[in-house]
Order: sequence, then C-alpha cells, then structure tokens
Amino acid sequence: MSEQTTFVPAQTRSAVWMRLLLWAVLIVFAIWFLLPAYVVVGTSLKELEEIRGGSLLSLPHELNFWAWKHAWSEACIGVTCNGLEPYFWNSVKMAIPAVTLSTLLGALTGYALTKWQFKGANMVFALILFGCFVPFQVVILPMAQTLGIIGITNTVYGLILVHSVYGLAFTTLFFRNYYVTIPDELVRAATIDGAGFFTIFRRIILPLSPPIIVVSVIWQFTQIWNDFLFGASFTTGGAQPIMVAMNNLVNTTTGVKQYNVDMAAALITAAPTIFVYIVAGRYFVRGLTAGSVKG
Amino acid sequence: MTRPPLKLTDRIARALPQIVVAPSFAAILFFVYGFIIWTGYISLTKSKMLPNYNLIGFRPYERLFQMDRWSVALENLFVFGFLFIFAAIVIGCLLAILLDQKIRAEGFIRTIYLYPMAISFIITGTAWKWIMNPSLGLETVVRGWGWESFSFGWTNSETMAVYALVMAAVWQSAGFVMALFLSALRSVDQDIIKAASLDGASPWRIYIRIILPSMRPVFMSAVVILAHLAIKSFDLVVALTGGGPGYASTLPANFMYEMTFRRNEIGVGAASAMVMLATVAAIMVPYLYSELRGKKHV
Repeated sequence: MSEQTTFVPAQTRSAVWMRLLLWAVLIVFAIWFLLPAYVVVGTSLKELEEIRGGSLLSLPHELNFWAWKHAWSEACIGVTCNGLEPYFWNSVKMAIPAVTLSTLLGALTGYALTKWQFKGANMVFALILFGCFVPFQVVILPMAQTLGIIGITNTVYGLILVHSVYGLAFTTLFFRNYYVTIPDELVRAATIDGAGFFTIFRRIILPLSPPIIVVSVIWQFTQIWNDFLFGASFTTGGAQPIMVAMNNLVNTTTGVKQYNVDMAAALITAAPTIFVYIVAGRYFVRGLTAGSVKG
Repeated sequence: MTRPPLKLTDRIARALPQIVVAPSFAAILFFVYGFIIWTGYISLTKSKMLPNYNLIGFRPYERLFQMDRWSVALENLFVFGFLFIFAAIVIGCLLAILLDQKIRAEGFIRTIYLYPMAISFIITGTAWKWIMNPSLGLETVVRGWGWESFSFGWTNSETMAVYALVMAAVWQSAGFVMALFLSALRSVDQDIIKAASLDGASPWRIYIRIILPSMRPVFMSAVVILAHLAIKSFDLVVALTGGGPGYASTLPANFMYEMTFRRNEIGVGAASAMVMLATVAAIMVPYLYSELRGKKHV
C-alpha cells in the first residue's frame, strides 16, 4: 500500500480505502482465475488415496509425477491403452500444415485485396469476412459428405483441409487490416520501377510482415489445437486429435475414476497453447483484439 | 491511335491479383456459401441416417419446433447468452477500469486474467467439472470450513447446470473483454481528459461523462463477439455438463450434433443448423455492414 503516497494526490482517508478496495477486488478476481489452474496441477500430482481422503485445495504431500506419465503413455482411450501420446502427434501433424497453409494464403489474399484494389475487391472481402462468423454446425454435414467423396474422412489430411479453409477467413482479415496501414506509395513507387506483383510482395511487403505473421500463426495454432467440433465430427479412433482423445479419456466410465490422470491429461493437452501464450502473450492478445477492433 | 493488343503474358500479369485471390475466394464460396445452400437443401428433406435429396418442404422445421429438446436448447441459449454477455462485459469492464488506475504489476495481473483465452473450452469444462464434483470438489471443502449449506455441485442439478455453463464461460472470456476495454481506455484522447480536470471535473465525472461514452464502439464489438461465441457454444457443454442432467443444459449446437451424429435425424439436424445460422446472421450482418461501410475509404 505504498502507492498512494506517489499516485493519490489527495492524501485523504477515503483515497486509502479506495486503494485497498481496488486491490481487494483485483486479488479476488486473480484467485478466481487461478483456482482451476491450481486445482488441476495440484490434483495431477496427488495419489488417488490422497484425492479421496484429502481436500481439493490441499497441497500434494509429495511431487508425484506418476499420473503425468500414465496419461501420456498408458491411459486407456476407447479400447487402446497407449495414452495421449499418439493423439498429441496427430494434433501436431494436423496443426503445422494447416497453420502454414492458411497463413500463407491469408497473406497473399490480404495483399492482393489491399494493394491491388481491383473491381469488386471490397465485395470479395466482405464475403470472406462473413466466413469468420458462420456457425460451423451449418457446414458439418456437407463437409462430412465431401471428405467422404474425396476419400479423406478420418485422416489428418481431412482435418488439414477443414482447418485451412475455415482459418482462411481469419488470416485474410488479419493481413488485410495490417496491409491497409502500409502506405500505397511504397507499392506505387515499386510498380513504376517495373516490379511485379510477386516481386513487390517478396521485397517490400514480406519484410514488413513479421508482426502480423506471428499474430496469425499464434491465432491459428491456438484455434486448431483447441478445436473440438471438427475433430469429433470427422475422426474416430486412432485418427483423433488430442482434444477429442482427452475428452474421451476423461469420460471413460470403465474402471476406477482416476482423477489425477484426468487432470494430468488436461494439463498435457493444454500445455502447448499455454506455452505459446507465455512466450508470445503480447501477440496473442493482439490477435484477439484484431478480430474485433478493426482498422 | 490504336493501342497494340496486349500480349498474353501482360494480360496474366495484369490479372495476377485476381488470380491470386481466386483460389481462396473459390474455397470460401464453395466451403462456406455452397455448404450453407447444401445444408439448407438437406433441411427440406426427409433425411434420416443418410442425406436424402427428395424435398418435403418445411416439415423438418415443423418437427424441430415441436421437439421439447429444441425448446429447452433455445431457452437455455437465451438464458446462457444473456447472462454470459452481461457478466463478461460487467466483469471485463470493471477489471479494465481498475487496471487503468496506475496499478503496480499491471502486466503480471493482466497475464493472470487473460490466460484462460489460450485454453480450449474442453479443458475449461474438465477443470470446472472437477471443482464442482459433488463429493470431492469445492463444495466439500467450503462445508468443512463451516458453511454447511454451501452448494456448488451445479453440474448435477437441473436448475443450476446452465449457470455452471455461464460461470465457466465468463471465466474463460472476461479477460478478453478486459483486454478490449483496456486498449480502448488507453486510446482515449489525453488532452480532453487534461482539459476536463483543469476545469475541476472529478476523476469519477471524467469517467462517466467522457471516457465511458467514448467506448461505445468497443462495447458494441464486445457484445457482438460474445453473442456469436454464445450461439456457437458447443465444447463447453460437452465437457462440463454433457448437456445434462437429461438434456436440461443442452444448447442448440449440441442439439444439432446429437440429431446429426447420434440419432439419425439428419433433416432435423440440418434445420436446427439453419436456425442457428439465421440467428448469427441477424446479429452479424448489420454489424459487419456498418463496420465495412465506415471503413470503405481508408
């Protein structure tokens, strides 16, 4: 409470109380936000007896990583008991190409729509933009049929296609809004010098793009890693992404309920996106707000 | 003076922007708009386990609106959507205003408030389901502290399950709303604030009269985005309540999934998806229209 001496000019009693109240509210909310993380980590480190006999909020007696190992490589999901590991790699194999593809296409589309304004460019953008907001329930059935016709149902390729297409709307929005702020004169000058569409993209636009590429990659990675609807709709068994497998693991009703394994599984599944958030939180937030505060 | 006809390579060079946009645009046209029409068509057929392309008119919609499960889902969406939007905005706005008071360690606190946005609804649901466990969860802990009537086993209660969804969804999204408001607060013109305080306006009055009114656009954005999130909510229900007890906490997205993949009622499932689309469109189209129109001449 030393702040009020520096920040509150009127050193009145009420100002001190306001400051205390303010901190109390902030701390209560911080506890609320941190509670699930604390409980999940704590439970994952406890033994089953400790969970049954002890309190939800107590600290684990010792650091026991058995549940983590079990969730990663031994826990049963459906009829197979290989843990989350194979599904983790399914998600990696799905996310990397889908993120790359949608970001690349989004960058090119955004560039063409802003720096080479052709007739109808705004209409094209509006139609693409609406794709961000379509409830995916409306595309699931035809998508299931289409994947069947192409013959990539229940494969990682099917999910790559799905995520690339529906991510495209967002990546286009990101890049378009970013490129709008790059002065047209740069492009015009280069055109006069005889540079073409791709040369300008490579020489002028791309070197200015790293911040928005990071935003787009993080956004897409988080969305694709965290997706449940598409994974659950288009894959079964061994082809499932980790989010679906994790949910199956937790909801398996056979045998003793191993809460510590469930929580360890949740932690493993959430780890990649949390890692991204911790490493590049600034860009993460920018992506979140870029989708809403346009221009 | 006639212009010489363009060579083919020049024509390609000239059309290059369109050519580059074409694949993306075609993909969106097919996979979004084509599929909407496709689903719309199926919603007018007698499709059961497999899609069937004989039109029977609006009968699937009639059946849909006769189903109790659907009226429950709509009612839940209304309750969930309203409370979720309201609570997320109030809490998000409050936190933004508090954090804007020159708080020490602001970055650290912001990180804590925002991390749920990096997590999937499946994880959020799993974690809160465990906290709401009737015998081993928070309920038992708090009762042990002496508050005997404390009840937090919301997921197992027909009346409370929807509020469990609201609580978890707000937990996940309030930080996002805070980030939106905070960046808007910071972009308010500082000169106006200075002028007002020189005129003797109290900080409180400055907030009510100057800062909050200037946040109207952000407020609109937040409402629209949260509404859109609410209508699409699916995973959270799956992980937290499973739509239960019974179907007491089911939402339209879960209804659609249930009909389509579990109950061989593809026609009704498609009809429910079209109703969801119409709801989203009713909110989004006017919003996008005003956003785009305002920005056209950037």
